[in-house]
Amino acid sequence: MQPVRIVSGTAVPLDRSDVDTDQIIPSDWLKRVERTGFGQGLFGEWRDDRDFVLNKPEYAGAVILVAGPNFGVGSSREHAVWALMDYGFQAVVAPRFGDIFRNNATKSGLLPVQLDAEAAGALMRAVLADPALDITIDVERRTLSAPGAGIEASFPLDPFIQHRLLEGLDDIGLTLRHRDDIDRFEGGRPAWMPTSA
Amino acid sequence: MVAASTPQPRTLADKVWDRHLVRSGDGEPDLLYIDLHLVHEVTSPQAFDGLRMEGRPVRRPDLTVATMDHNVPTTGLDRPIEDPVSAKQMEVLSANCAEFGIRLYAMGDPHQGIVHIIGPELGLTQPDMTVVCGDSHTSTHGAFGALAFGIGTSEVEHVLATQTLAQPRPKTMAVNVEGELPPGVTAKDIVLAIIGRIGTGGGIGHVIEYRGSAIRALSMEGRMTVCNMSIEAGARAGMVAPDETTFAYLEGRDHAPKGAEWERALEDWRSLATDEGATFDKEVSIDASTLTPHVTWGTNPGQVLPLSASVPDPASFDDPSARDAASRALAYMGLTAGTPLRDIPVDTVFIGSCTNGRIEDLRAAAAVADGRRVASSVRALVVPGSGQVKAQAEAEGLDRVFTAAGFEWRDPGCSMCLAMNPDKLAPGERSASTSNRNFEGRQGRGGRTHLVSPEVAAATAVAGHFAAPADLS
Ligand code: SF4
Repeated sequence: MQPVRIVSGTAVPLDRSDVDTDQIIPSDWLKRVERTGFGQGLFGEWRDDRDFVLNKPEYAGAVILVAGPNFGVGSSREHAVWALMDYGFQAVVAPRFGDIFRNNATKSGLLPVQLDAEAAGALMRAVLADPALDITIDVERRTLSAPGAGIEASFPLDPFIQHRLLEGLDDIGLTLRHRDDIDRFEGGRPAWMPTSA
Repeated sequence: MVAASTPQPRTLADKVWDRHLVRSGDGEPDLLYIDLHLVHEVTSPQAFDGLRMEGRPVRRPDLTVATMDHNVPTTGLDRPIEDPVSAKQMEVLSANCAEFGIRLYAMGDPHQGIVHIIGPELGLTQPDMTVVCGDSHTSTHGAFGALAFGIGTSEVEHVLATQTLAQPRPKTMAVNVEGELPPGVTAKDIVLAIIGRIGTGGGIGHVIEYRGSAIRALSMEGRMTVCNMSIEAGARAGMVAPDETTFAYLEGRDHAPKGAEWERALEDWRSLATDEGATFDKEVSIDASTLTPHVTWGTNPGQVLPLSASVPDPASFDDPSARDAASRALAYMGLTAGTPLRDIPVDTVFIGSCTNGRIEDLRAAAAVADGRRVASSVRALVVPGSGQVKAQAEAEGLDRVFTAAGFEWRDPGCSMCLAMNPDKLAPGERSASTSNRNFEGRQGRGGRTHLVSPEVAAATAVAGHFAAPADLS
């Protein structure tokens, strides 16, 4: 994973709640066995509608997606994260995220920015009003700022995940440093536990 | 020093969590040992690629089990698979399992089936285990008192390589369902009512423990149905404390402990229940005796009402985002506020999925279908959850009941739950489905899904519009 320190640019307002991962990347796309090329399928069914916000030229080139509450609920498909990133998004801002989506996002370096309802609402209105609004997200300081709209907010980020994002660290490598602990734990498991044998 | 010797009362979820801690502290998330890793063809190829790229082996192939379920066709298994992309994904799983030494229940194997159906059926899912799978409905396995949750592909790779998962400790939530369910009201109605109450985000960050006399009274099949849909309330996992019902289900299954081991396991499992005085971060109570059959009207499982209700008016929602979601849902679903739910005709009925594709579900649906006919305007599919469910149903003659009534009897798989195989809704088509997600396009692009119990699905197939068995003459 590449380190993620600052995300800065414009945003797309997706003003809906409960955007599930089936909408982010429809199941037709899940048959692929690669990790790349999912951007084309992002919001596949909604993009057929010419008025869908992603089709509006004034929001082209945005790197941040601003969405309503419960973004990324539903299916565990990490393809949703790959699709958002492949399309060009580096961060998603919402008042609340599905747990699995949030986990998946930080594994690939897509930044989930959880703002309280008030700040998220203000940002949504600001981005709807001004597609060119400049937004900066600072992982180190855990802040989001949009000076043009007078918005300055902070967001929670687990310190360990923050560290991993800032350094671009590989999760598996980190865990394998604790091989001895895993061996020890494994030695103490009850004998009745099943195996696939 | 009484305090020091009195252990803190703990919840079921906390106990299972604590027993799987490989390490904790140091400003890092807890590292949990994983007892069972279930794998299917859709969310695993990129994880195996990752292992290959780093030259890493699978740490415990013997704690890993794979099946094919999402892409498999449910008819004509003797013919080559029509969709080359689906076929390739299944071939890749076969090749990966062969390369890394993982047991695979491939298409055509008598034990093949939906991943969350075969784990319990084989006795692989047991109390006090941690179970993960690259699939959100892993929550199903919590019905046994296991801590079971869905993960993404990066985490699949992590578990394959390390047999552990780094996770922040979730919060706990008790959902107390007390009282006796009225006749014709099922586990599916309990869980739909819960999601209707707490919403699709109500469980985010929490493990739900389902408690109370109505949960205790459920069979293992019913408990699995409830735990299965925990994720639709946003919960990390759902659990039920193991009891005699659990043990009776498990005893004698292929992978269940045997002899003296069984006795030792039982003693251990009996100590898992939440301690008297343990506190949950959230509590919700539901009176089972007031529940009736439920049906969803919108495009998320929280948009649900009793069958006796009418399509709601978006203006009746106080919260602006719920109001907006409701009007968007009505437009997608092609529904008009005020229409009685019973008056809505359906084109397709789907009975199956990891929510309601078990033997008990098929028995319940067959009892309604027996001696009746599917309405001529309706296409009705029954897709057993696994090869074992199919064999059992056929031994009991359920297949003949269904086919005599005009249902199609299919081969096992996920099928029309998510439409990755050829079983799909056409745009604008409306279904009554026993699955778990009524998201836009879930059962096929433009398709309109209403979630119901197997009993309501079967009655709806006969009536041609939403109906409970009691509505049929
Ligand atoms: S039946 Fe549906 S919900 Fe269950 S595993 Fe298959 S696709 Fe997922």
